[in-house]
Amino acid sequence: MTSESATKAAPRHLRRVTLIWFVSSVVADLLFWFLAGPHMPPGRMTSTAASNQSDFNILMVVALPVLLGVWEFILYALITWRSKRPGVPEPIGGPAAAGNQKVEVSWVAITATLVILLVAFGTVELIVNEGAGAGEGPNPIWQPAGVNQAEANALAGTGTWAPGGNDILVVQVIGQQWEWTYRYPTFGGFESQQLILPNNTTIAFNVTSLDVIHSFWAYQLEVKADANPQVNDVAFTKTRQLGNFVVRCSELCGIWHADMYDYGKVVSPAAFLHWVTTSEAKNAANTADLPAFAWTYVPDANGAAGGYYPDGNVTPYSRVEVYGSTQPGS
Amino acid sequence: MTKAARLATVSGLFLVAAGLIVWALSAWLAPGVPGGVMNFTHAQARGRPVHLTVQTVGTIGFGKHPTWVSYLVRNPTTGKWVQNTSWELPAYSVIDMTVYQYDTGSPLRNQKYGQVLGVIGGTATLNGKSFSEYNSNTGNGFGHTFSIPQFGVNVPLVGVSSTGNVCGSAPCTTQYAHNIVNFSFKTPGPGSYYWQCFVPCGVGYFLGNGGPMSTQNYMGGELEVVNVS
Repeated sequence: MTSESATKAAPRHLRRVTLIWFVSSVVADLLFWFLAGPHMPPGRMTSTAASNQSDFNILMVVALPVLLGVWEFILYALITWRSKRPGVPEPIGGPAAAGNQKVEVSWVAITATLVILLVAFGTVELIVNEGAGAGEGPNPIWQPAGVNQAEANALAGTGTWAPGGNDILVVQVIGQQWEWTYRYPTFGGFESQQLILPNNTTIAFNVTSLDVIHSFWAYQLEVKADANPQVNDVAFTKTRQLGNFVVRCSELCGIWHADMYDYGKVVSPAAFLHWVTTSEAKNAANTADLPAFAWTYVPDANGAAGGYYPDGNVTPYSRVEVYGSTQPGS
Repeated sequence: MTKAARLATVSGLFLVAAGLIVWALSAWLAPGVPGGVMNFTHAQARGRPVHLTVQTVGTIGFGKHPTWVSYLVRNPTTGKWVQNTSWELPAYSVIDMTVYQYDTGSPLRNQKYGQVLGVIGGTATLNGKSFSEYNSNTGNGFGHTFSIPQFGVNVPLVGVSSTGNVCGSAPCTTQYAHNIVNFSFKTPGPGSYYWQCFVPCGVGYFLGNGGPMSTQNYMGGELEVVNVS
């Protein structure tokens, strides 16, 4: 093939490749969006899970044409310009195999623009969804309206929550080797091994640890926050669907780390009210032995015979520092 | 040595070395349960409660870590005390537990574990007296807890006085100061579970949760729950 005929054939190839890419991209995107998209993890149990699923689906719709474009071009080139085919261009290094500046610039410009737009999109989603279910530390930058008052009320023991209202429910998540427990400050501060949440409610998770670093990961809720000793890590979500979810520890925390999981439940507001008031009454004796509700509790040096564990500046057997106790003789 | 003999020697040594590497790797990746799993599935007649008797001691007194705190279990066949914390239990069965608590006590890190939870009837007995809640900041505190988080089981084990006749080496006998705690729980379906103590009793280790708290056959172990035909 002469370079003249190769130049004449180029637009035909470009048109053909573009047409194949466009049709296949539209078909793949539509198939993904309508058939696979609604089933993508983590589901739509909460506002943050739903936004996570939507974000993933949007990213996939953007990425699929790029992926197909690369694959199709390679496939097209392998078939059309294979060396045994008569009249193909010269091998790499020949004039017809030289780069196409327009294609190269377009490729870089389009993909770079896509990446920049996705960065902006991701940032907006993070802000709009109040941290997107991730732990934001003790002073969240992005938070739902009214959460400061809800947290202040929870700490003061004056929080309220009722079915049908718009109250934010404050739940404290406590990690310890090797189990999660949960305190409900709005309901007397009782502590439970079960995480039960009401539907259609904004939840403020306040996550902390009594010993080493854990990580609270409620996968179907799309909530994930590190549990650090003496740190209150706050994350938000709003429940939208009834159902069960799994809570795991996602920070290697010791010999039974792999077993540090349990199951939570999103129930109707009426069912939640029944459970929470029943649990408050059932745990009253235990709640009386717990320390006053606080955002963090210092994991003190207590243990057999007490005070044997060097832990920095923590005073063994302090009344305020040890979770769950007013220590004798302090 | 002939060329064939040399080749055979080198090949043989290579195979031995490769075998050792494979064995070491597999032992490292899947170490199994240290000390094996004690079988309680045939200890009682089918459908009858399984009796599991354990004791806790402040210092085991033997082995690699003689100063460590530990659980021991009574072998259902020989009746002897054994340092083993991994047990095979029948599924959907009642387990009657008796704990001889010989250790002194301290406060819990989380007083939630002062509650008796997940047991049949909602209560345990301490020296014959029923209880469902105990404040670890009172009296002698807790020596340990027996907890199976995946079953929701938790029973606090009240400590003995440190000024009494404290047992110094396992296995302890009832001539030493002790508390007896009884309770029953039901096993769920087949599966691998674990149990642990929630008192940070690993003396001398970071936050009390290292050492015996993080080593099998001391303060926690595996529960293999199986169907019994």
